[in-house]
Order: sequence, then C-alpha cells, then structure tokens
Amino acid sequence: MSNEIGKPLSRLDGRPKVTGAARYTADTPIEGLTYAVFATSTIPHGRVTKLDVSKAEVAPGVLKVLTHLNTPKLKPIQHPPAGQSLMPLQDDRILYEGQPVALVVADTWERARHAADLVRVEYARAPFLMDFTEHLDKAVTVKGFFEPDSKTGDFDRAFNSAPVKLKQNYHLADRHHNAMEPHATIAAWRRGKLDMYDTVQGVFVARTVIAQALGRKPADVRVRSKYLGGGYGCKGFVWPHQILAAVAAREVRRPVKLVLTRAQDYTSHGYQAATEQTVTLAAGRDGQLVALRHESVAPGSMSDDYVEYGAIASRTMYACPALETRHRIVRVNRGPGTPMRAPQEGPSMFGLECAMDELAVVLKMDPVELRLKNYAERDPTKGKPFSSKKLRECYSEGAQRFGWERRNPKPGSMREGHDLIGWGMASALMETYRFPATARVTLERGGTVLIESGTQEIGTGVYTIMPQIAADVLGVAPERVRLVLGDTTLPGAGMTAGSSTTMGVGSAVHDAATKLKQKLTEMAGGPIAPDAYADLLKRRRLEKLSAEGLWKPDGEAGTGESKEWTMYTFGAVFVEVRVDESLRVPRLARCVGVYSAGRIINPKTARSQMTGGMIWGLGQALLEHTELELNYGRYVAKDLANYLVPVNADVPDLEAYFVDEVDEHASPIGAKGIGELGAVGVSAAIANAVYHATGVRVRDLPITVEKLL
Amino acid sequence: MNENERQTISVNLKINSVNHALQIEPRVSLLDALREFAGLTGTKKGCNQGACGACTVLVDGTRINSCFALAVQYEGRDITTIEGLAEDGELHALQSAFIEHDGFQCGYCTPGQICSAVGMFKEFQRGLPSAVSETMTGEIEFSDEEIKERMSGNLCRCGAYVGITEAIHEAFDAEVKR
Ligand code: FES
Ligand code: FES
Repeated sequence: MSNEIGKPLSRLDGRPKVTGAARYTADTPIEGLTYAVFATSTIPHGRVTKLDVSKAEVAPGVLKVLTHLNTPKLKPIQHPPAGQSLMPLQDDRILYEGQPVALVVADTWERARHAADLVRVEYARAPFLMDFTEHLDKAVTVKGFFEPDSKTGDFDRAFNSAPVKLKQNYHLADRHHNAMEPHATIAAWRRGKLDMYDTVQGVFVARTVIAQALGRKPADVRVRSKYLGGGYGCKGFVWPHQILAAVAAREVRRPVKLVLTRAQDYTSHGYQAATEQTVTLAAGRDGQLVALRHESVAPGSMSDDYVEYGAIASRTMYACPALETRHRIVRVNRGPGTPMRAPQEGPSMFGLECAMDELAVVLKMDPVELRLKNYAERDPTKGKPFSSKKLRECYSEGAQRFGWERRNPKPGSMREGHDLIGWGMASALMETYRFPATARVTLERGGTVLIESGTQEIGTGVYTIMPQIAADVLGVAPERVRLVLGDTTLPGAGMTAGSSTTMGVGSAVHDAATKLKQKLTEMAGGPIAPDAYADLLKRRRLEKLSAEGLWKPDGEAGTGESKEWTMYTFGAVFVEVRVDESLRVPRLARCVGVYSAGRIINPKTARSQMTGGMIWGLGQALLEHTELELNYGRYVAKDLANYLVPVNADVPDLEAYFVDEVDEHASPIGAKGIGELGAVGVSAAIANAVYHATGVRVRDLPITVEKLL
Repeated sequence: MNENERQTISVNLKINSVNHALQIEPRVSLLDALREFAGLTGTKKGCNQGACGACTVLVDGTRINSCFALAVQYEGRDITTIEGLAEDGELHALQSAFIEHDGFQCGYCTPGQICSAVGMFKEFQRGLPSAVSETMTGEIEFSDEEIKERMSGNLCRCGAYVGITEAIHEAFDAEVKR
C-alpha cells in the first residue's frame, strides 16, 4: 500500500470540467441529429377528448408528431426500477398536470418547440386531489422500500406512566431536485440496436427498464452516461421521457435528442414529497426517553407506491424501550415522489431532532446532554450493534469547535447590534445502503493503469477516488490511473444512489487491483516494484494484463444490514443563525459539522460533499418550497426564479470534519457513504437555532420571514 | 430556394477569435447557436430562462446570459466562451484555482461560474458597486462578501460555493493587490 487513500488529491477530471471539454449527455455530437419536444397536459386529471396535430404536422422541419393515437404500444414497466409505471402517450388518461400529450420531432430544436406549441388538445376534466394535508383521512398504507410500520416495546404503557410528555406536528414542504443539468436523452438506432446517451444515475438500471418497455433483450440496448450535471436522486429511476425518446428515434429512423425544459423537469420525474409528521415523546425527568412514536404522512401518486419515509430515523437514532413508527400516503394527482438528497432520514430527522430540542427546553437540559443521555449503543429496532459509530466524538468535537459552551440557553438572550443570535444543534443519521459492484483493472503497456466499471460520475469525485484506491494497491501515482465509466459495455455496477458508490465500486476496484497485483507478483516470481511493471509486460510480450474485481455485501443488497451488524453514518451539526430584530429575516451565519462516516478516501472531495450537503439542508430549512396551485391543480412556479435554491450569498462559513474511523464491517476498504449525510440534521439545527434566537418555534419548513413576525 | 433557406439567415459570429459562419433561423439564441450550430458545447443550458447563469459567456469582456440573447444580435462582437479562456493549453489562473480549491462537483455550472467570475472581476476593477458595497464611488474591498454577492446569479446546485468563493478570491487577489 502506498498511502494514496486519504490524500486531498485535486480532481483528476478537473481539467475537462474547467475547460468545457467534459461532455455531458446533451453535448454528445451525433451525425444527423433531430430534436424532440413534449407538449404537456394542462389539467391534472381527466381524459384527452380531442387532439388536433394538423398545424404541427405541417410546420417547417417537423418529422413526426407522436400522440396516444399513433405511438406504438409499449410493454408494461414497474416501479422500481422505473420511476413510475404510468406510461404517457399510451392512452387518453391524464393523471397529473405536465403529463406528455404529444411528442414533436423536427430537424431543429426551435422548430420542434414551435410545433409543440401548435398542438391543440381538448380535455374532459375530472375532479382532482392536490393538497394531501386536506385529505389526511384518505391516508393509506402501502409497502414502499421499507416496512411501513415498526413497533418495539409497549408504547402506551410507557407513555402513560412517564412524567414528561410532548406531542408535536412538523411539516416539511414539497421540494424539487433542480439539478443544473436538465434531463437529456439522445437515442439512436443502429442495425436494430438502440444506442443511448442518457442523464442517468444508473446505466444498467436504465438499460433494463428501457429494454423491457421496448420488448427487447438488454443486450440490444446500450446506455452511456459519462458526466452528469447533478442528479441528487432525480436521475436514478427511469422516467417515461427516456423511453419515449427511444420510441421517437425508431419512428423517424434518425437519432433524436430530447432535453426537458426546466418547467418539464418539475413534472417529468419525481420530487421530494412533503411530510406531515407527528412526534410523541415521553421521558423521565433525567431526560431518559421511555416512549417514542413518530408518524408520517406524505403525498403519493395515483399510479405508484413510492413512499417518503418521514419517520424512519426514529427506528434507529435513540435508545428507547418503546418505539413506534408509522408511514402512510395520500394519493394525489401529481407524479410520484422519488429519492432526493437526503431522502428518508433527511425529512425524518427534522421532526425527531426538533422534538428532541423541544424536550430539552421542557427539561431545562442542554440539547447535547439530552442526546448523550439517549445514545444508542445498538440499533433499538433491529437489536444489532452498529458496525461502527463514533457519534460521541462528533458531539464533543463539534461542540468544542463551535464554542457551544458559551451558549446562553435563554431564547433571545444573545445578540449583536440588530441581530438576534441563535445557536442550535442536531444529530445526523443515514443508513449505509450497500450494493454489489464489479470492476476491471488493467495494467497497460507503458505502465499506465485503466479502471473500467459501469458506474457514473455525478459530482461525487469517482474519477478521482477510484484511481486513488487502485493506485494505493498497485503503488503507482494516481495520475497514472484513469477510470472509464458510464457504459453498459463495461463491468456491471449499480446506481449512483444511496451514498453507495465509494463503498461498492471502490471495494470492487480494490479487489481487482489486488488480484492484478497478485498476478504481477506471480509473474515476476516474487515482490515487484511498481516501476518494474512496464518492463515485466514487455519481457512477457504482453500488451496488457487485467484482473476482474467483485464486491458483494454480506447481507441483503440495498440495505445497511448484515447478519451481525447494522450500518449507519452519523454526525453532529451546530449552527448559528441571525435574525434581524425588526426585519425578522432568518439567515444562516455559520455551520460546523463533525461526522462519523467510515474511512475518507479523499478529504478534499469529501469536504465538498459535506458542505454541499449542508447547503441542501440550508435550502430545506429556509428557502425551498414547491408551491401548489390548488384551483388548477398544478405547481405555481416551475422555474429557478421562483423556486429558491441557495445562491452564493446565502452561504456562510461552513466547516466539515470527520472523526478518524475505518469500518471494515461495512466494506473491505473501510469506507461508508457521505453523499447524503451532510444534508441531514441541518434543517433541524437551523429551526432549533431560530427558536433560540427569537423564542418562536417554527415547525413548518421552510422558515420564511412571515412565520417569524 | 428551398423551405429551409427561406427560413434561415447567415450570421457571422466571432467566437474565441475564430469566425463562424452560421446558417440559422433568426430566433436561435446565442446559447443554442454556440451549442447546436458552432459545436461549442462547453457553455451549458440550465434553465433557458435567464435564471441560473449556466450559459454565461463574455461579449467584449462583459458577462451575459447567452440563453437570453439572440445570436443575430452579436455579429461582429468578440464572444469568449469557456473553451477560449485557456491560452495555448495553459489554463487561466481562475481555472487552475477552481481545480485547486475544488470549486465544483458535477461541473455543470462551472463554465458559467468561471466566465461569470472573469466578467465580474472586470466590473469590480471598473469600480462598479454591488448591493453590499459600503460606498458607491470610493474604493471597494475585494472581499468574500463582494464575491458572493456578485456571483449570486450563478447557481450551483451541488453547493460548491465554498470552493467557488475561495478560488475566485485567490485567483484575483494578486491582481487586486498590484
Ligand atoms: S441557461 Fe441561461 S440563465 Fe439559465
Ligand atoms: S458543480 Fe454541480 S451545479 Fe455546480
């Protein structure tokens, strides 16, 4: 080992990214390209009664107008791994506003877009449901990724006999991913086979679903994704537009490029569903929890069973003998939700960590002390020990770096000029989902190393950390190692999702590199220095030497559980907010996060992951909200001018640290995942700090100025 | 004359010191002219509505959102895109600083961020105040607060703002001090 792991190496894909050379999906140059644009439904529920495409069809440059009347019938697909099973352009049903009603293909984008505006549609409207909070009586239980309910101990008994009780409702808003890169697909058919460039977080998953819908063998479909302009979950599952682009290309017998408009990006894929959470706590006077119930209701779609698990963190976070969680959905006329940085634990830690802060206030206890009092040594629901957990260290290091001991607990007691200062904290938690992966590592003539794996680069730094992992094993410089990814012709890998790539693909790369080194050692008849690799190949008259690597988690794939262990990452987040005493605008002033997340491969890219996550938390706490228009049944604003994502001026000093940790139970390289953890806990810490600054407890995100007046 | 020729006009654009003769419809935006007709895909489309800054390019040194401009308006102007910032393969100081300070993750907003920062610094040098400047006429300090304010038209959903601000500060600080 040559200690490449743990070095703050600058991104190896830095140069292509800062020079414009990095090719994202829509940048791919293709001969004879045509352009496709959707016309979408203006009603949320009903049927298409009349379609007039005559003007569109004769508009200049138009090659084809597809509607439900002439689109070939597709094979059914399922969620997951499709984002939704409902496939537009197959019949006249409309289940949500923004559902495609026509797809126009033309020789330029301008012409396709113009022709899409010429499509005339008449509808028969049906009654619709939009705001789930008005229909909580219609809540249903469905099985999404996890069990809807959990129950340990006797809640009622524990609750009734406890001296301190608390019950509160918390509401989180609907939010949209708004990756800077809109979804894009380029589809081309060559000799009966489909070649796709697609903005997908999983090329293999995309291939499976697209082949299924088209009634093809997966081998007939190739999907590539070389660079992704962000995804945060919205490019994970496969959405109908990707399949329809392939259909359009087959119809016009030319390559088709389909790029969603920003507005279509609000309705063509999932969003983070709002949650209405109720947290019921009971504790002894010493702060020891005796009963905890966390319930969550979220909007669901008419077609599919995606559930946002807005209470799931409570199954794991604190040691509590009587523990219940419950998840329900209310079906509304909107597309389904989907994971968004950070799903499940993300929303649920808001309710839980705000409630814990409220409990600390009732008990007149320090919030950190209350959390230490209820520290879980093992998973209270699964009953297993954690594979690693250094959350105690996170609390103490975070508190010390932040200066927490100088906090006066009295709300409104800290100020500077016109600013009311609030200090708040919260814990962070994220399950360590583990997925299998494969990789090939090849020593090439001249001594350079090639890694091949069908994973994706979404901004997390895999083009850098995978070379670091291989370089570490082989003893070469990471700059001599390059990674080729994002192609279904490469060794298989899973979705870039659930913060799982470093662990899964990294372990497969580690395995392949280790096997390659064994081969080299055997060939050389003993230990061999890295600078002799090239010579060895030459002497053996070999062009190259490869080894295949594989990693398969013990225990069920896609979970953070093995026979012996339960796996999570943890953190402690401390924030300062400032609220102008007359204007009442809340602003984040600083944030310190300390994390227990396994081995960190590259502290430079890891820091960016964590501070990026904090900014997601800031957006969730103070800015982001997809507003519903209840009369027409659609979103009020489907753009970046009215949906507020954090801008540079919103972002103060952010500090992220990791405690030293290697979790060999989670993965052979000791790593876990960090892509989502940074976004967890921040919104609760901010809400708690706002209370500390103003004395106003806001239980409804985002915390906008009118809620503090 | 075929249908296609009747609808299009010829537009000559000077992009990164190279002349491009394009045959396009008058309604083609500068952004789409760059990406779909001149083959320069470094400039990105984030919203096509002037709200994200991903499409920022420099026109005679001034930053503009190219999605909000028609290509025909820019005949005879000096257009610089991200592809034109490095000289003879040597990265612009800001490009190197973005790599060093990890001023990006996915990299999609990066061409816009970098072009925008180059234009922003020119505005700063000309003495143009921003909403957070203490003075409208006097010397303005090249502070992080000024950078953040002036760069807030360029969204980064990955949240790489910490690195972006550090990179811009470092790359231009030397010039400010001169
Ligand atoms: S693409 Fe031009 S501002 Fe967003
Ligand atoms: S680096 Fe991904 S949007 Fe800025």
